[in-house]
Amino acid sequence: MADEVMRLEMKNISKSFGGVHALQNVSLSLRPGEVHALCGENGAGKSTLMKILSGAYSRDTGEIFIDGKPVNIKNPKDSVDHGVSIIYQEFASVPDLTVAENIFLNHVRGSKNVINWKQLNANAKELLDSLGFGQINPKSKVRELTVAYQQIVEICKALSTNCSILILDEPSAVLANAEIRQLFGILRKLRDEGKSIVYISHRLDEVFEICDRITVMKDGQNAGVVNTADVTEKQLVSMMIGRDLESYFPERESHIGDVIFEAKDIKAGKMVQGVSFKVHKGEVFGLAGLVGAGRTETVRAIFGADKMESGQVFINGQEIKHFSPRNSIGNGYALLPEDRKRHGVLLNLPILYNMTISCLPKFCSGGRIRKAEERKFGDKMVDALKIKIGDKMDNTSSLSGGNQQKVAVSKLIASDCHVYILDEPTRGVDVGAKIEIYKIINDIVAEGNAVIMISSEMPEVIGMCDRVAVMRNGKIAGELQKEEITEQNMIELSMGVNKV
Amino acid sequence: MSEAAKRGGSAKAFLVKYSPVIILAALVVVSSIISPVFLSVQNIYNVLRQQAPYIMVALGVLMTILTGGIDLSAGFLISVSHVFLAAAAAWWGFASGGGIVVAILLCLAIGFAFGCANGFLVAKMKLAAFIATLAVMMIAKGLSYIITGGSPIKLPLEAEGCEGADALIAFGQSGDPVIGLPYAVWLAIAVVIIFWFIMNQTMFGRMIVASGSNKQAVHLAGVNVDKYIFSAYAISGLMAGIAGFLICARAGVATSTNGDGYELDAIAACVIGGASLSGGKGGVLMTICGVMIMGLIGNIMNLLSVASYPQQIIKGLIIIGAVVMNGMTQKDE
Ligand SMILES: Nc1ncnc2c1ncn2[C@@H]1O[C@H](COP(=O)(O)OP(=O)(O)OP(=O)(O)O)[C@@H](O)[C@H]1O
Ligand SMILES: [Mg+2]
Repeated sequence: MADEVMRLEMKNISKSFGGVHALQNVSLSLRPGEVHALCGENGAGKSTLMKILSGAYSRDTGEIFIDGKPVNIKNPKDSVDHGVSIIYQEFASVPDLTVAENIFLNHVRGSKNVINWKQLNANAKELLDSLGFGQINPKSKVRELTVAYQQIVEICKALSTNCSILILDEPSAVLANAEIRQLFGILRKLRDEGKSIVYISHRLDEVFEICDRITVMKDGQNAGVVNTADVTEKQLVSMMIGRDLESYFPERESHIGDVIFEAKDIKAGKMVQGVSFKVHKGEVFGLAGLVGAGRTETVRAIFGADKMESGQVFINGQEIKHFSPRNSIGNGYALLPEDRKRHGVLLNLPILYNMTISCLPKFCSGGRIRKAEERKFGDKMVDALKIKIGDKMDNTSSLSGGNQQKVAVSKLIASDCHVYILDEPTRGVDVGAKIEIYKIINDIVAEGNAVIMISSEMPEVIGMCDRVAVMRNGKIAGELQKEEITEQNMIELSMGVNKV
Repeated sequence: MSEAAKRGGSAKAFLVKYSPVIILAALVVVSSIISPVFLSVQNIYNVLRQQAPYIMVALGVLMTILTGGIDLSAGFLISVSHVFLAAAAAWWGFASGGGIVVAILLCLAIGFAFGCANGFLVAKMKLAAFIATLAVMMIAKGLSYIITGGSPIKLPLEAEGCEGADALIAFGQSGDPVIGLPYAVWLAIAVVIIFWFIMNQTMFGRMIVASGSNKQAVHLAGVNVDKYIFSAYAISGLMAGIAGFLICARAGVATSTNGDGYELDAIAACVIGGASLSGGKGGVLMTICGVMIMGLIGNIMNLLSVASYPQQIIKGLIIIGAVVMNGMTQKDE
């Protein structure tokens, strides 16, 4: 055991950005044929460490060994040459290229620089089929895919190279159960072939299911390496956040009132074919279903982000006449979009500007921004959501993924609406901060407002929702009252095993 | 150690942020060493007056660049608007004291109207900014040539009933009685202050930048993005009109070729000032630095009597240098 040659060893890696020490003497080792989890709070440095391995960032100090030999990774190409393949947390696909083009972006095949499109598409199809995602058309533009399918394209892209180390940075954050099962199947197969896999996730149940060992990071340093079999979830959490967690879902007393929001027979494109539901004051209403069931498409149409073909929306009994994001917010309902990078945050603007973009008039007199007040509001939000930032005026792109998500959430909350539609609100957020977001949801409904929540995380739906509608093929397959919300029931409805 | 690292980091950030200022300062130092005339009040006022119209255009074009677009029409909007000014004064009887005011308003209105056309095409019709403003540029150019017929229009001077035209020239060619700073420069200073205020203190400015940073996200945040994009082009048109007015007042004559090429200098100034052509990044004061850098290069080469074609080459090289430097210092982030 002691003289076993590690597939990968990263030793004493340090990296700072300006004055921020993102990594300090961090080490990581991978055995051949293991799935290794990298756990830690938002901003702990997980993605940074992996970006150093993939050559996206250069390290300040430290050494990297692959199969016992020292390697010098200076850029992404070096890393690929050493057999490293990575799926970034923030997608790196080219939205205007097709699925096939993206998958083979790194090595477009052809003879003498002429691309054989037929061959390319066929190869992509073959790869997608072999991984069990044959429903994705290799010829569609990545821009048109749902976030989940974009993620799957990223996975296929990583698998298209013949790698010995595969890094997945929060691949499951946007996937629902079925896809995760498929992904795990693939990972197990790769592990059995002797590949080493780094798996980053904030969903601890997954970590316990698929990973052999866990490296925990805290504040840019190592906080320990453990065998998955030797720890409990509780122990792992306290290693990550440095204290014990009481419960994942804060207590809430539901006071459910009159109907505040109603959608009637919403139709939009192929994905939304007549969806109706009602939401009451003080209620957390969940929209569940498999990826591709049309949940995101439904709320986007209702919000006016996409074109709605037909249907009616009422808020407090008043029918909404025109659908546009601006009108919707004016009418009192706001959406937290699913795709953070494209729709959620303004990456090259300061964090503070992001937070106040939807409520700027609140801080203005005669068009002039009252900056002191705006800053105070920013501080409040940073505190409330425990956002880990250097300075409010830093660009949002300098934040870790989970912290960007918190910025997106605070932006939404600032909009002062009565109905909040949250599409994957805790995507990429760590266990501690999830609880802060749940508390915010509880505060919203405690004031008599309502929340419509889409989440692919079943425990979250079960823990938070008062009522759940399960969607299947663009329609509501059934509704579950609080006491009926179980994993079993939701799965049955979403798969069409009508029993409830 | 950590303190040192912090300072090291912020020193670099400082360099990145203020590189246009540093380049400008270096240029001033070098120029004053090379040429003894450079630092004379006469020369400084001269440079500033020459740059005043460029400042106007660059600030307008900056608005469009911030929204992620571009305005290629600005140059010929100068041309067409100042041709209208001269034609109104010389041919249509608007040279009197009150008449010239109408002529000036017409000049501004023409710039603004073309700007609105750009805004409509880009914001509402969703044309690519490059194409839309290129087409509008051609229309403006055509109109300008139709009016002049290809020959210059002279303002009527020192004649009966032409007091307005005389006043216009006086404004364009002289300075204030106290320190002699050209009126055109005073106007430019006022405009810079207004733009700085708008971009740094107001919701309007914030939304312009946000629209260019991530249009989709801003739209979903319930902001009327199209309105801001439209406004950026309308403002750019208006600024071209103001530049046209300054040029006409300075030269006392309007020709259709006046203004041609200003848009490219303006774009270069924005980029030297750190603006990103993909939108969402750029500042008023840095753009002014960019304008002054371009202006000083021209000035120092004139003082050294470098011929105008080699000047172009050197300008081009300096633009490349500045932009590469901008890019290099940012890359590591
Ligand atoms: N490009 C950057 N510029 C400045 N700071 C950065 C940059 N990238 C990361 N950081 C900082 O480095 C720290 C670690 O970030 P990292 O993205 O590695 O966190 P993470 O563990 O992946 O978190 P998450 O779970 O939220 O994805 C954070 O404090 C972050 O603000
Ligand atoms: Mg991360």
